[in-house]
Amino acid sequence: MSALLKKRFVDQIKVLFGADPAKPTKPEDISPAAQTIHFYKKGNKDFKLHAQAHEQKSTKWRNRRWATLIFANLLFVISFALDIQILEGALTASRFVGFHLIDLNSALQVMLAHKHIINNLLIGTGTVLVLWVLLGGRTFCSWICPYHLLAEWAEKIHLFLAKKKLVTDQTMDRRLRTVFWVIFALLAIATGYTVYEAISPTGIVSRALIYGPGLAMLWVLALLFFEVFFSRRAWCRYACPIGLTYGVVGIISPVRIKYKLDGCFHEGDCRKVCLVPHVLDTVIKGRAIEPEVPIGPDCTRCGLCVDACPTGSLTFEIKGLSKLM
Amino acid sequence: MSEDNTANGDRKPEAGKVSNAKKQTNRRRALRTILLTGGVLGAAGSGFLPLIYSKKHRLRPPGALDEKDFLSSCIKCGQCVQVCPVEAIKLADLVDGMGVGTPYIDAREQACDFSCDAVQCILACPTGSLTYHKPAHMTVRPGAELSSKPILLAKEKDAEPTLNLAERIGVARLTRPESCLAIQGKGFKGSARGANFEGKLRYMSVDRWKPIPVNDYKYDREVCDLCEQACPIKGAITVEMGLGKDGKMKGIPVVHEACVGCGVCEMICPTEPASIEIIPGEGWRA
Repeated sequence: MSALLKKRFVDQIKVLFGADPAKPTKPEDISPAAQTIHFYKKGNKDFKLHAQAHEQKSTKWRNRRWATLIFANLLFVISFALDIQILEGALTASRFVGFHLIDLNSALQVMLAHKHIINNLLIGTGTVLVLWVLLGGRTFCSWICPYHLLAEWAEKIHLFLAKKKLVTDQTMDRRLRTVFWVIFALLAIATGYTVYEAISPTGIVSRALIYGPGLAMLWVLALLFFEVFFSRRAWCRYACPIGLTYGVVGIISPVRIKYKLDGCFHEGDCRKVCLVPHVLDTVIKGRAIEPEVPIGPDCTRCGLCVDACPTGSLTFEIKGLSKLM
Repeated sequence: MSEDNTANGDRKPEAGKVSNAKKQTNRRRALRTILLTGGVLGAAGSGFLPLIYSKKHRLRPPGALDEKDFLSSCIKCGQCVQVCPVEAIKLADLVDGMGVGTPYIDAREQACDFSCDAVQCILACPTGSLTYHKPAHMTVRPGAELSSKPILLAKEKDAEPTLNLAERIGVARLTRPESCLAIQGKGFKGSARGANFEGKLRYMSVDRWKPIPVNDYKYDREVCDLCEQACPIKGAITVEMGLGKDGKMKGIPVVHEACVGCGVCEMICPTEPASIEIIPGEGWRA
């Protein structure tokens, strides 16, 4: 990894916690190779026309992701409903053919509140930690979390209404998520009660699917309502501590999106569809510091940008695997 | 929230230049952020309801830690719900005030009759909220400790007839002696809880392994002693018979130290409301 990419790696961790992405300001912030590409791109007016001509919308990754998300949650549902015992429990904690799996954020809340950790809790948490380090941290959010799918549909309504100029996206300070994470961790330690679990839409929706809906779903509906009419994807973007927990796990994950500068037309379609557009700051014209830039840990690896990109400049990458092959 | 706001997170002004409009946008954004913080934390406050309600005890599944420890350790996954063969365990909802998603037993609707033979809910619990052996640093409520491992009548002839339970989750009490059929010397005929009752119970005389609807079992008792008949634990309750002043045969349900607080007597009691009830979290008093 070049010194510039190392610097960006650290910068992207700060972005995960809510900082704004750093812009390259001095010439030495960008590698010579990337500078050359930026230079030849300057003044090329054909870009936009070319880009529009090549526009094609794919839903490949979205379809795969939705299928995975629905399959995983359905497996929970049918394991109980049909008593086939493949995946027992709910997203907070479960057994997959006997192996303990425990959600990292729920486990953290319980450990902080209860201050007594039994072996099963440790084993389940360890297994899930390894799993998501391998699969990409926030991959959990977009590929498994059932609230994510509901929020994605709500987002479609929001974008439709925004297009009709009936609503506008009210953005918030992204540092809020880190604040919430700290507050809920401190509350768990101080009160000995897993407060966050009471309002976690992930847990509530997961249990509603498996054990039947309760009044707690009203809270989830209120969140979705807020996202449709006031603030696009507000919960996932500004509030959810689960996202931050898995984001931290994703820092060292080999699965990520890779950006290639040379073919990019800088249209910004990827940023328009992205849940976390701050991780795609590098695609803005003149910002990429290297010809190839890996996307940071706040990325949920949902693949919407890969689908949206008309030039194939954004692709899934498994670090190390591409070198082997 | 003002509609004239055109904040767009994607666009940033050139470095160093911050327009007045942008400043205003930022200020509004800060306000909104504070508003959302308040909203979410307000909702989170509802999470503390169980602590306020905790004075009112609820029946938790067997092996449950004391309420405060239980609330801190339960991960709300419902694995205990999934293994229970009689579906005695339910998950609490928002308004139950006992922790969204935490398990409880409504003994009158469906009591734990240990049809699983081995307290499988404890085995299923991933966090130790339900446990066979309480960690040493946790205190035991007075009277909660069982003097010996309870003997499950269904397993009485097995090599290992006991349940791995060290503490009781409550104790049965004859809370309404005036309505108790036995005390009035009345008998009982028919299904215990009427045609619409959906609860299940394992009847050894019908099927050793499979619980059947209480509905399908017809009792015919000279003097009602359904609580003793249905109790799954050896020596936990007896209906002491004797002649009353009027010369009629009468009974008095007597709860013994072996009672684990499972709630089967409460479920089966044919009077409405039940004459005998489980007092959750209560200890044994001689």
